[in-house]
Amino acid sequence: MRILGTLSAKCFSDLGSDSKTSKFWYGGLVMVRKSPFWVICLLAVVLPRLAWAGEDVFVDTGATAWMLTSTALVLLMVPGLAMFYGGLVRTKSVLGTMMHSFSAMAIIGVLWMVCGYALCFGKSIGGWIGWDSAKFMLRGIDDVITSQHIPEYVFAMFQGKFAIITPALIAGAFAERVRFRGYCLFIALWSICVYSPLAHIVWGGGFLTGKVIDFAGGIVIHISAGVAGLVAALYLGARRGYPRTAMHPNNLVMTLMGAGLLWVGWFGFNAGSSVSSGLKTAQALTMTQIAASSGALTWVLIEACVYKKATSLGLVSGIIAGLAAVTPAAGDVLPHGALIIGCVSAVLCYLAILAKNRLGYDDSLDAFGIHGVAGTIGAIGLVFFLRSGAAASFKTQLWNQMTGVLLSIVLSAVGTLILLFIIEKTVGLKLAEEDEMAGMDHSLHGETGYGLINVG
Amino acid sequence: MKLVTAIIQSDKLDAVREALFDAEITRITVSRVVGHGRQENEEIYRGQKVVPNLIPKVRLDIACNDQFVEIAVDAILRSAKHGNGQIGDGKIFITPIEECIRIRTEERGGTAI
Repeated sequence: MRILGTLSAKCFSDLGSDSKTSKFWYGGLVMVRKSPFWVICLLAVVLPRLAWAGEDVFVDTGATAWMLTSTALVLLMVPGLAMFYGGLVRTKSVLGTMMHSFSAMAIIGVLWMVCGYALCFGKSIGGWIGWDSAKFMLRGIDDVITSQHIPEYVFAMFQGKFAIITPALIAGAFAERVRFRGYCLFIALWSICVYSPLAHIVWGGGFLTGKVIDFAGGIVIHISAGVAGLVAALYLGARRGYPRTAMHPNNLVMTLMGAGLLWVGWFGFNAGSSVSSGLKTAQALTMTQIAASSGALTWVLIEACVYKKATSLGLVSGIIAGLAAVTPAAGDVLPHGALIIGCVSAVLCYLAILAKNRLGYDDSLDAFGIHGVAGTIGAIGLVFFLRSGAAASFKTQLWNQMTGVLLSIVLSAVGTLILLFIIEKTVGLKLAEEDEMAGMDHSLHGETGYGLINVG
Repeated sequence: MKLVTAIIQSDKLDAVREALFDAEITRITVSRVVGHGRQENEEIYRGQKVVPNLIPKVRLDIACNDQFVEIAVDAILRSAKHGNGQIGDGKIFITPIEECIRIRTEERGGTAI
C-alpha cells in the first residue's frame, strides 16, 4: 500500500486517531435529539471519513509514535546487555565483553539494511527464507506505509533491533575467550544463516507464521541464542583455569544497572511487538511487568531459603529469567499466566545453572541457562494460559509450539556448529592462551577498562 | 625468616599461584601495583598510540622460614616466565624479616609464619 504523496499522507494522518472519531459520535448523539438536520450534517461529515479509513493507507500517528519509541527502547537494551555482561566477567576482559554487544550494533546494523530485512520479511521462498528486491538495501520502501498504518521504515528498524540483540546474547556463553575478528564474522554469518530463516519462518510469512505463537521472540530470539551459546561453549571449551580458579564478576553495580536498562527496554521489546498502540500493547506491557517481578521475587526467595542470603546477582537473574520467558507469551496470556510463567521460569533457570555447575561446561554468563531455558518455558507454557477465543485448539497449539521450539533448537544447533567449525579453521575463534591470560582488553583492543587501577 | 617479594606480569598470576600451591606454599599476599621497568606497554586511545610510563603489575609477598625460600623462588621462576623469558617478566626480591607476630595468638618467630 503505497500512498501517492506527502499531501495525501497529511490528509489521512489525522484520521487514524480514535479519540477524534468518538468525540464526533458523542457530539452527534447530543445533536440528534435536537434536530434531524444535524443528523444529515453529521452523516455528511462522518461517512466520507469512514470510507477513506477503509483504504488502509493512512499513517496512524499514535501507533507510529509508540513504535518509534519502542525501536529506541529495544536499542537501549544492547548497551544494557553490554553492562550486564560486562560487569559479570573478570576485570581484564570487561571492554572486550562490552565490545561484543556494541559491535553487534555496528555489524548487524549494516547487515540488516543490506540484506537482513529482505531475508526475514521478503516474499517467502518455500516457506524457509524470504527475499524481495525492493527490501534489499531498503531501496524500495522509502514511501511505503504498512497495513498496520506505520511507515515501513519504522517496522524495518524495529525488527532490526531484534536482529542486533540476538547475536549479542550468544556472546555471554563464550565470554573472555574468543578472538574479535572471529566473533565479528561469526555474528554476521549467524545472523544470515540462522536468525534470518528463523525470523522468516515464525514471523515473516514462512511455514509457521500464524501457527506458532511467538509474540516477541522467545523462539526466534531467546531459544536460538541460548542454544547457539550452549553449542559454542561446548565447542570452544572452558576458559583456561575454569572451574578451579574462581572467576568473580568484576563489577556487579554495572550488572545491576544493565539489568535495569534491559527491563526498561523490554517494554519496547514486548509491547512494541504488537506493532500498534492499543489494547494488545497494554496487554503485552502488563504481562511483561508481572513476569519480570515474579521471576525476580522467586529467585530471591529461593536464595533466601537455600543460602540464607539474597544476592543482587540472583535478583537480576530472576528479572531476566522472567522477562525472557514472558517474551513469546506477552500478547496472548492472562495476568495469572504471566505470574506463573515468571515464577516457573526462575525456578527452572536456577536449577539449570546448578546443573551447569554439576556438568562442568563453561556457559560463562548463562546465555543458555537463562535465555535458552526461559525461552523454552515461555514458548510452551503459554499454551496453558491463553485468553479465550484462541484460533487453534489446545492440542494443536501445543503441537505447534513444540514444533517451533524444536525447529529453533535444531536450526540453531546445526547452523552454529557448522559456522564455528568453518570460522575456527579459517580466521580462528578461540583465543591463544597468552592472550586469554592477559585479558581481552589488553590483547585484543589495546586498552584497559578501569583507569583507577593505574596510578599514572 | 625471609620475605620473598615478587613483581610479576598480571597474566601469570594464576600460573604462579598454582605453582606455589603445588609447592605447598599457600600463605601469600597479592596486590596490584604499577611501576617502571624496561618493558613498554602500548595502548590505543582513539587511534593514538600511547605508551603509559607506569605499567600495571602484580606483586606477591611471601613470608617464609629460611628452608622454604628456595622452594618459593623455584616455583615462581618456573611459572612466571613467558616462553623462555621476556623483558617484563618481573623480579624477585628477598629481604630478611626481623620479627613475625600472629595477632590472634600473639605467637612470635618462625612458628607464627
